[in-house]
Amino acid sequence: MEPVDLDFEEADLELPSEPMTLLMGPSHPAMHGTIRMILKLDGETVQDVDIQPGYLHRAFEKMSERGTWSQVFPYTDRLNYVSPLLNNVGYALAVEKLLGVEVPRKGQLFRVILGEMSRISDHLTCNGAMAMELGAFTPFLWYLKAREWIWEACEEQTGARLTHSFFRIGGAAMPPTEKIQSQIRSILPRLLEVVTEGESLLLKNRIFLDRTQGVGILTKEHALGMGVSGPVLRSCGIDYDVRKDKPYLTYAECDFDVPVGEDGDTYDRFMVRAEEIRQSCRIIEQSLDLMKKIAPGSPEDAVSIVDPRIVLPPKDKVYTTIEGTIAHFKLIMEGIDVPPGEVYGYTEAGNGELGFLLVSRGGGNPWRVRVRGPCFFSLQAAHDMIRGKMLADIIPTFGSINMIGGECDR
Amino acid sequence: MSKLILERLKAQFGDDILEVSSFRGDDVALVKPARWVDVARFVHDDPRCDCTYFVDLSANDRCDPRTDDLDMDDRFEVYVIAYSVAKKHRVRIKTRLPGDEPRLATVIPVWSGANWMEREVFDMFGVHFEGHPDQRRILTYDEFKGHPLRKDYPANRAQPLVEYREGTFNKLGPFLQDEGMPLNRSAAPDERN
Repeated sequence: MEPVDLDFEEADLELPSEPMTLLMGPSHPAMHGTIRMILKLDGETVQDVDIQPGYLHRAFEKMSERGTWSQVFPYTDRLNYVSPLLNNVGYALAVEKLLGVEVPRKGQLFRVILGEMSRISDHLTCNGAMAMELGAFTPFLWYLKAREWIWEACEEQTGARLTHSFFRIGGAAMPPTEKIQSQIRSILPRLLEVVTEGESLLLKNRIFLDRTQGVGILTKEHALGMGVSGPVLRSCGIDYDVRKDKPYLTYAECDFDVPVGEDGDTYDRFMVRAEEIRQSCRIIEQSLDLMKKIAPGSPEDAVSIVDPRIVLPPKDKVYTTIEGTIAHFKLIMEGIDVPPGEVYGYTEAGNGELGFLLVSRGGGNPWRVRVRGPCFFSLQAAHDMIRGKMLADIIPTFGSINMIGGECDR
Repeated sequence: MSKLILERLKAQFGDDILEVSSFRGDDVALVKPARWVDVARFVHDDPRCDCTYFVDLSANDRCDPRTDDLDMDDRFEVYVIAYSVAKKHRVRIKTRLPGDEPRLATVIPVWSGANWMEREVFDMFGVHFEGHPDQRRILTYDEFKGHPLRKDYPANRAQPLVEYREGTFNKLGPFLQDEGMPLNRSAAPDERN
């Protein structure tokens, strides 16, 4: 049979070869509604990309300067809204560093336990969503089911499902409820089962492997210079984890491993997160055991410090005694009198090093609250993970750095 | 541990290090703006400092509009935090810039991650970084008036509406006849004729 288009030679076609500009996002589902990428495409290959954050900028830092130190907590919830408790802990620890106080042992263990629960929910969401964006819907639903158990436990303790605002400067809003410890213990084995089940669907799946292995590679040296932290940095083979390298709270007493990857590709980031879920479960179990050993009634057996200048008095005192009323009024209206100074407090949050640079000039209001959101740094490094790769590789790469709009744009 | 860095810095740069402190365990060195990049490069390259990990770069407005002059000589404090993964120590280097046209050299050649952070400082404080390859706003938009984290920017200020943008992207569809990809292959030779 003769070819249909005999009129011209293939070589005469001269297909246009200039690059094509494609706007991706902010309404693209994989961009979380908050990122715009301007892509310069050669066919399906990304020649260059301009990543534009800022669509979720809410002036976190400006708002923080206007209230008291305690009024920043609800804002921190909304930084990384998948693991709000870790942000609460990070901010509380930074202010306590500036104040020079330390929470009693039970309060520290409690922060570790709830913080690690949040970290698990963060990693579950990231891994599940990444798999879903590659077409694997079932693991996503299973992981969300497991995340639901975590949120139920958080609801039991804090009364809120998403934005807890639970920790306070100098402690926590409430001591552990009666049920919470047994509830967390019962969640952990079920949770690990779900994680393994979800992995069993993905890790032998040819499509998932092909689309993640060797995709979105970040080199060690580049990651360091870019300030990338958390699972994205560890997937490159650098075992930097604030919990190990500068232990805070009671992490030094816990026995846990820091998983590292080798290639720094999307697959490694997935695996590092999956393994971190297991390590977090180990930390929670050990912390629950340590909490049991605290003698009831001892000074260690409290979640908050005893200092009327920092911690609100109990409500029955506020309503029945004049001292309690005045202390409450002063703390609410004027805020905690943090001494002048400047500190950088940092913790390991779900996505990496969450740092708060706090400047105080005395009085009840912060002078400057700078938050170092780990996503912002990972997103900057995404430029080099994406460039030179295929258009379709953006989806898993972008999913695996776990860009959280609230924390990135602040 | 990282007291060592501060001692190394003082030995290397002498009077250009204006002040060192270790408040609450944070090692901080205040340097002259002219030596900003030199100090950054030294902290990065010196084998005993070895701070190759870029942690943060941001700024702080030290001016209180109620009491201070807006053009005070040391209004903006830009700082960079660097960490050594191998030696497990970190240092914060600060410098102070005048309120009137603050300018500072970029540290992107030292840590490539400084790119977006310097854009953010430009966006929020209006500090210009000389030698920055891409000095655009990052969290707000091009038409934004003022620099919101300056203390003299009122938090309740409303921004003007943005005019319709023309020609930001010259390759948005619909394409003209002689550009972009034709929808079918046979269309191309016909157009040439």
